[in-house]
Amino acid sequence: MKKVIMGNHAVSYGVRASEAKVISAYPITPQTHVVELLSEMCANGEIDAKFIKVESEHSAMAAVIGASAAGSRAFTATSSQGLLLMHEMLHWAVGGRLPIVLANVNRAVGPPWSIWTDQNDSLSQRDVGWIQLYCESNQETQDTIPIAFRVAEATQLPVMLVLDAFFLSHTYEIVDLLEAERVREFLPPYEPTIRLDTADPHSFGNLADPGYYMELRYMIHQAHTEAIGVIEKSQEDFGDLFGRRYGLVEPYMCDDAETIIVTSGTVASTTRAVIDELRGEGTKIGSLKIRLVRPFPFEAVYEALSGAKRVIVIDRNISFGLHGIFFQEIKSALYGRLDIPVHGFIAGLGGRDITPKVVREIADKGLAGTDLERDINWIGVKT
Amino acid sequence: MRPAVLPTEELMGSGHLACQGCGATQAMRFALKALGPKTALVIPACCWSVIDGSFPHSCIDLPIYHTAFETAGVVASGVKAGLEMRGDTETTVMAWAGDGGTFDIGIQSLSGAAERNEDIIYVCYDNEAYMNTGIQRSSSTPIGAWTTTTPVTNFKKRPKKNMIEIMAAHAIPYIATCSTAWPHDIFEKFRKAREIKGTRYIQILAPCPTGWKLPPELSVEVARRAVTSRVYPILEITENGSKLSVWKDFEPSPVAEYLSMQGRFRHLEEGEMAGIADEVERNWERLLARERMLAAIPGLEG
Ligand SMILES: Cc1ncc(C[n+]2csc(CCOP(=O)(O)OP(=O)(O)O)c2C)c(N)n1
Ligand code: SF4
Repeated sequence: MKKVIMGNHAVSYGVRASEAKVISAYPITPQTHVVELLSEMCANGEIDAKFIKVESEHSAMAAVIGASAAGSRAFTATSSQGLLLMHEMLHWAVGGRLPIVLANVNRAVGPPWSIWTDQNDSLSQRDVGWIQLYCESNQETQDTIPIAFRVAEATQLPVMLVLDAFFLSHTYEIVDLLEAERVREFLPPYEPTIRLDTADPHSFGNLADPGYYMELRYMIHQAHTEAIGVIEKSQEDFGDLFGRRYGLVEPYMCDDAETIIVTSGTVASTTRAVIDELRGEGTKIGSLKIRLVRPFPFEAVYEALSGAKRVIVIDRNISFGLHGIFFQEIKSALYGRLDIPVHGFIAGLGGRDITPKVVREIADKGLAGTDLERDINWIGVKT
Repeated sequence: MRPAVLPTEELMGSGHLACQGCGATQAMRFALKALGPKTALVIPACCWSVIDGSFPHSCIDLPIYHTAFETAGVVASGVKAGLEMRGDTETTVMAWAGDGGTFDIGIQSLSGAAERNEDIIYVCYDNEAYMNTGIQRSSSTPIGAWTTTTPVTNFKKRPKKNMIEIMAAHAIPYIATCSTAWPHDIFEKFRKAREIKGTRYIQILAPCPTGWKLPPELSVEVARRAVTSRVYPILEITENGSKLSVWKDFEPSPVAEYLSMQGRFRHLEEGEMAGIADEVERNWERLLARERMLAAIPGLEG
C-alpha cells in the first residue's frame, strides 16, 4: 500500500512491519513523531509491543538493553542531545552484543540550541561500535528498519539508522508501506542463542580481567568486518523480495567520471540534480552516496572512486581541529592505493540549506582546483 | 520477629570475591533463598559487580545482567518487559544496587520505574558509602561519618537522605527495610515481596567492615546495634505508601555504643555523639508519630 507520510512516520511503519516487541523512548524534536505514532500503534493493538515510557534517553537506551538481553526485539529513537545522553549506554549495547535498532534523526548539537539538521550528533558516536546507515528518502528510511534488524540479529551488533532533521523527518513523501506478513519472510521472529533465562543461567557483562577483555573487543571488530557481507546480502534479499535495492555506497554516473562528489543523507539527491546539470554541460562528473558509515565500506568506496581523477567530499559535520569526517574516511580508504586530490568542503551545519546552487559552487571550486585550502573549505560562512 | 526455617538450598555459591564479613554478600544470600530459582538479577556498578566473580565465573546460579551505575531500575524494567513479551510472566526480576547507585546516581531511573509501578523488586543494600571505589561519601552516609571524601577534619555534616520517604511518596505497593542481623526477617520480607505485583523497594542495612572500619566478626553485631539503637529502623510501608508499621519489639541499646564500635565514627567527640543520639531519638519519635497518624486515617486497617 502506498501512502504519503513524513520521514518520522516512515520509521514508525518500518518498526511496525518489523514486529518489534519492546519500544522505549523519550521525546525530543525532531524525532518525537516516531514514537508518538508507535505508542498509538501499541495502544490500539496494531503492533504487539510493550512501550516503556521512561524519564530520559539514557533510560530509554537502558530499557531496550534490558529487553534485548531478555530476548525481545527492541527499538528506540532519538536525536542530538538525546543521542549524546545515551552515549554510555550505546557502549553497553555494543559490549553486550545486543541487536537493538535505533533511529537517530540527525540534529545539530547545542549550544547554541539548534533543532535543524547536521551530522555531528551521530558521527560523534562513530567509534562506539554501532553499525551506522544514513538514509536519503522516506522510502529508504522505512525499508532500512527491517534491514537493520536483520543485520543486527545476524551480527549481534546494534544498528543505528540516521535521517536528516526536517528534510526527511518532517517532509511528506509517497512511501510503499511494508506489511508485517511479508516482512516476516525477510526477518523471522527474533530467537537469540543466549539470553537471560532462568532455565540456563549466565552472568552477562561481569568483570573481565585483562586476560579476556581484549579478545571480546577483537570479536566486536571481527563482527564489524563480517557485517559488510551480511549487510550486502540482507539488502540483496530485501531487493529480491520488495524490488527496492540499496547499496553500501550508491554511485551515480561514476563509470566514466573524472570528478566524483561524495555525499550522504539528503544532500545526495540534491547533488544528483547538479550532476545532471553538469553532465548537460559536458563535465565528466558523478556522485557517490555513502550509506554505510560503520563498518566503513573501504572496498566499495575504492572501487567506485578508482577511475576518478579528483574527489570532492561534502561534509555536513566537522571534527573540530581536523576536517570533515567523511573527508577523513574517504582519504583513509584511498591511502596508498589511489593518489588523486581529495577536496573537503564543510556545508549546511545547523540546518543551513544545501541547495543545488551550493552544490554547484562546491563542484565549481573543486573542479577548478584552485583557491582551495588543502583539506577543509567552508562554504557559505559569513565573515 | 519470629524465627523462620530457611531453605537449605543455596543459589549463591562459594567463590565470591567479597571481603570477610561483607553484609552485602549476606544480604544477597538470604534474599535469594526467598526468591528461588525463577529469578533474574540486574546489578549496576557497585561492590557486587566484583563480588559476583570475574568472567567466566559467577557465584550465583541465576541469570544476571551487569549494567551501568545509574540504570538498575530501568534495565530491570526492560528485562521484565522483554521476558513478558516472550511469554515469561513468572520470572521475578530483581534490581540489586548499592546506596550510591540508589540514593544518588540511580535515583532518576529508580524513580521512573517506581512511578510506572514496574513489576520489579528493587533492592538497595545500604552500606552507607561508595565502597567499590574506595569508601567515598554517598547521600546515604550518616552524619558524623568519616569517608575518604569526608575526612575526619571535615566529616559528614549533613544527615543521611531519607530514601524511604522518597520511595513512599511514589505510592508503590511495598517498601521495607531490613538488617543483615535478622536473616529470617529478610527471608520473610522477600517472600512477601515475591507475591506482590508492582514496584517493591527493599533497603537492607549491610555493614561493610572495610568501609566502616570494623572487625569482620562484628559485622552482624553492628547490624543488630544499628536497629536496637534505633539508628536504622526496621519498617514496612504498604497500602501504596499510606500504611507504616515500625518494628519496636526489641531491647533498646545506646546510640553511642553503636557509633563507638566503628572506626568511621572514632573522631567524634562526646558532645557530637550526644547530638547524633538526640537526632536519632527525634527521628524515631517522628517515625512513630507518622505511624500513628497514618493508622488514624479511616479506611486503612491497623
Ligand atoms: C557513570 C559512573 N560513574 C562512576 C562510576 C564509578 N563507580 C563504580 S561503583 C561506584 C560506587 C558504588 O557505590 P554504591 O552504589 O554505594 O555500592 P558499593 O560499592 O558501596 O557496593 C562508583 C562511584 C561508574 N561505574 N559509573
Ligand atoms: S568493600 Fe565492603 S561492601 Fe564491598 S565487598 Fe568489601 S565488605 Fe563488602
